[in-house]
Amino acid sequence: MTSIISIDNLDAHYDDRQVLFDVNLQVNPGEIMVIMGGSGSGKSTLLKHLLALKKPTQGKIQIDGHDIGSISSKELKELRKKMGVAFQGGALLSSLTVGDNVRLPLEHNTNLDTQTIDIMVRLKLELMNLAGFENLMPAELSGGMLKRAGLARAVIMDPRILCFDEPSAGLDPVTSVELDELILKLREAMNMTMIIVTHELESAFKIADRIMVLFDGKVAMVGTPDEIRNSDDKRIQNLINRKSRDEEVDGDAYLKRLVTGD
Amino acid sequence: MQSIMNGVSNIGGYTRNVISFIGMSFVFLLNIFKSLFSRIPPIREIVRQIQFIGVKSLPVLLVSSLFTGMAVALNLYNALIRFGSADLLGPSVAVGLIRELGPVMTALMIIARVSSATCAEIGIMRNEQQFDALDCMAVNSYRYVMLPRLMAALISLPILTAVFDMVGIAGGYIVGVVIHGESAGTYIQGIFDTVTFNDVLIGQIKSLVFAVLIIWIPMAYGYFLHLNRKAAGAAGVSHATTKAVVISAISMLVMNFIISSLML
Repeated sequence: MTSIISIDNLDAHYDDRQVLFDVNLQVNPGEIMVIMGGSGSGKSTLLKHLLALKKPTQGKIQIDGHDIGSISSKELKELRKKMGVAFQGGALLSSLTVGDNVRLPLEHNTNLDTQTIDIMVRLKLELMNLAGFENLMPAELSGGMLKRAGLARAVIMDPRILCFDEPSAGLDPVTSVELDELILKLREAMNMTMIIVTHELESAFKIADRIMVLFDGKVAMVGTPDEIRNSDDKRIQNLINRKSRDEEVDGDAYLKRLVTGD
Repeated sequence: MQSIMNGVSNIGGYTRNVISFIGMSFVFLLNIFKSLFSRIPPIREIVRQIQFIGVKSLPVLLVSSLFTGMAVALNLYNALIRFGSADLLGPSVAVGLIRELGPVMTALMIIARVSSATCAEIGIMRNEQQFDALDCMAVNSYRYVMLPRLMAALISLPILTAVFDMVGIAGGYIVGVVIHGESAGTYIQGIFDTVTFNDVLIGQIKSLVFAVLIIWIPMAYGYFLHLNRKAAGAAGVSHATTKAVVISAISMLVMNFIISSLML
């Protein structure tokens, strides 16, 4: 099967600090790929590169056959119309109502008439259990509602690829489960390829077809949820079993850090 | 020796950052103007911004222009009366307001009310990934977010300046005619006889140039907020807003002097 997303030898930096090291990943069409790892492991940076919001220091990212490092801005715009992104905090425009936020991609990228757009907006809001909230401002919504409104906006163009940054972060367990079910429902209904960045284990194992585990910017493993569960890698087992890292402490270096601050 | 080297290195780093920021800001402005030709500008957003920049600034502008005009007239009257030239009060107030005080004071009021708010709003949009979201939705943020603000400022500022001039002249009338009993005819006719089309033109050109400066600078500071990784979050927004207001005001005053010198 030809991959819809292909990442080859990706390196990324923030200024002088390297955050991703030789990352490789292939994602098949219709697959739910979860990118998992602890805080600061490079998950969100990897997502930013996939969305062409950051340029890689080295390596190649291909999406739907396009190398997004060398693509023209016109081609990138066309590619982005096939991709939906749900950001961690929703990233709804605070000056627009929920309804206006959701309709924004359609108004800018299609020639549909207002009535059709209205129906599509209501349809997606209904799907996200947000019917009747279209005239509220984002500031009036709860965290879970913001995420669902962001998801409604992300799927309004019926994208082929959906990227979701931390769907469960900051949500109560019930809302988190509802969101996971919504993701599975969306895949079933629209056969989207999904890239989901999360550090929520339960959610990851429930929704993923395959999981990529990142540690300190390096790929530790890519595999099915069962393969990840049965991994011999101690760091992965620590992550799954919520154990702290057993790092050996260098006494001299520790004292030097305390005294000099270096 | 090491501290001197560190100092030189810091100055070098700071200079490089300033030059790089100025370069990026000019490309940013160019991109905003370029977006004008990509599609029909978002009219609804422009109207909303005109309401924010123009209409909602009117009350504060009316009060400040009235008292500025009165203060100017009061000072001028006391100076002119010593030379027996109180009949020149109308033209003096009008020329001073139309050429200098009108555009400058209006711009300062807009900097205080709009530039700070614009920088804070755009900075928060950057912090909350709203620009990333727009990029990912294939929505041109220059056209959708920046252009309406720039166009609204270009439309509103000349009108606000004209309003400031007229209310200021009325303030001068209150001081000269109503309080000090000068002739109303002399005050008004003097203005018509002295103020030329060139005076009005200079004031309006200034207001257009100021409009670009006082909206472009805060937008650039907000938009590039994320590049200063050491001052992100709420502290970053506060830092950027303060800088944007100060730089907008200084560059407006410098530009005022340049235009006045060129068009005298």
